[in-house]
Amino acid sequence: MQIDWLQFTPWSALLGGALLGLASGLLALLAGKIAGISGILGGLLNAQSDMQWRAAFLLGLIFTPLFWMAFKTPADIQITANTPTLIIAGLLVGLGTRYGNGCTSGHGICGLSRFSIRSLAAVASFMTAGFITVLLTHHLF
Amino acid sequence: MQTIVALLTGVIFSLGLIISGMVNPAKVIGFLNLAGQWDPSLALVMAGGIATATPLFMWAKRRQQTLLTHEKMALPTSTIIDRPLIGGSLLFGIGWGLAGICPGPGLVAMAMGESKAFIFVIAMLSGMFVFRLLPK
Repeated sequence: MQIDWLQFTPWSALLGGALLGLASGLLALLAGKIAGISGILGGLLNAQSDMQWRAAFLLGLIFTPLFWMAFKTPADIQITANTPTLIIAGLLVGLGTRYGNGCTSGHGICGLSRFSIRSLAAVASFMTAGFITVLLTHHLF
Repeated sequence: MQTIVALLTGVIFSLGLIISGMVNPAKVIGFLNLAGQWDPSLALVMAGGIATATPLFMWAKRRQQTLLTHEKMALPTSTIIDRPLIGGSLLFGIGWGLAGICPGPGLVAMAMGESKAFIFVIAMLSGMFVFRLLPK
């Protein structure tokens, strides 16, 4: 392993992470909800009764980038995967996060912050799968 | 009130994804790429997130009611580690590693006008629909 010092952005990572934690903690404390994006999306698709807060959270999530781009330069976004890979990846992410009941936000930030053993197992599983997948796709095939 | 809290926290969450750099799939892949040039940024995103959220969750756990909306506090309490949890997380991890995109950054990248993120989000929503059709 070699650390990629050119790409490493410690301060913006910490600051952005702190904002993710702040948003997740506040949503739990003030409104009793978990800021898990896959859970919020899945609940909307299932047409559950508590649609309003889910829609409001997603509205905030989706409209903020538009305001950001109006005042700041657009964020750097490089997607290297081709279309078939994106479709397979999307299907796996959609299916997997619903089966596993969460993703990087719900299990990662919210789950680990409330010391959930279930979330720890989930995070260990998806991290391991992610590491192995990149190892296979970038180094062996 | 709950709607306003959700809207504002959605805005903060989105800013967090943009500022942290996690809307860029290349950075996520850089973190998952242990055997290559490794970018540790995502570890610091998680560290910053957990350090900030932990005291707030500890406070929330001690309360019977939510602080602003005064509803019954109902955070998840399950400790069951079962096959759907692990299997689902493994599937998610494979998809995450293939494209470098997880649900939140996918939505934000799509909102920034990335056509490839749009394809990913449509596939992700399809996957969520398929989940409803499959036996649990």
